[in-house]
Amino acid sequence: MELYLLLIFMILAAIVAIEVKDLLSSVVAVGAVGFALCLAFLILKAPDLAITQLVVEILCLIILIRATISRDLPLAIEGRWVFNTVSTLFFIAIFLFTAYIALRELPLFGYPLMEVAKKYLEEGTSKTGAVNLVTSVILDFRAYDTLGEATVLFTSVIGVMAILRRPGRKKIEEKDD
Amino acid sequence: MSLIVKTITRLTVGLILLYGIYIVLHGHLSPGGGFAGGVIIALSFVHLMLAFGKDAVTERISKQTASKLESVGALLFLSIALIGFFGGYFFLNILKKGEPFKLFSAGTIPLSNIAISLKVGIGLLAIFLALVILEEVKREK
Repeated sequence: MELYLLLIFMILAAIVAIEVKDLLSSVVAVGAVGFALCLAFLILKAPDLAITQLVVEILCLIILIRATISRDLPLAIEGRWVFNTVSTLFFIAIFLFTAYIALRELPLFGYPLMEVAKKYLEEGTSKTGAVNLVTSVILDFRAYDTLGEATVLFTSVIGVMAILRRPGRKKIEEKDD
Repeated sequence: MSLIVKTITRLTVGLILLYGIYIVLHGHLSPGGGFAGGVIIALSFVHLMLAFGKDAVTERISKQTASKLESVGALLFLSIALIGFFGGYFFLNILKKGEPFKLFSAGTIPLSNIAISLKVGIGLLAIFLALVILEEVKREK
């Protein structure tokens, strides 16, 4: 029940984030979506995800507020409105149709198809020695995934550093050194 | 920022850093782990920067140091994975498992947590530093 209320709240906040004109209010609405997602993880009994979602959301909000403050929303209202609307409706219809076909085949919530999760729950602690089973999965059984995720983050940091390189930056760095 | 923010920051920033380190070190015992703990550590530095300005952080960790520390974290995680080859295959947990519920247990998992926290925390801090320095450059122009 609480989960559905949270989902409705998240959808409403997302709509507000899209529709509101002020950029700072939009960022605050995005933050509301994130914190509601954090509560949803807590209700689904996933404290690891809730902690991660909370701290990442705080960091994102700080960065977004710093980036958006004292800057206005760029307006882009020109061009082919009719074509845009028709194509949007077309893709929404396709998406709903395929989602209807796909979601009918899904197993019920909480009844996974894969049997491997049961094995992790039974043998996780004895095989890895870690009491926190989430950690034993992400850093032992599925450590390859974590390596890939770390690589993605590394690449994104390199990308940000490379994009934010400006000609005038060198002078300031010399001052810092 | 105002005097109130500075005083509260001076009191809380150490506790936030300590809590991040606690979450990282107890990643295999309690909820949390390397990613969340690393972000909390980064948040303590961001907190310091918001209250005292960017110089308070850049004189401790410059952008070059941040990049180097992040690379060290990534290489550390990869080398922990490569250690597994001594026992057989990639990512094998070859260290002693130890007793459950003890801090020194679970073989390589706490070491991986530390490496990931270093990588994630310093990486996000580096992104924030890059954004702040860019803003400064723009303002000077």
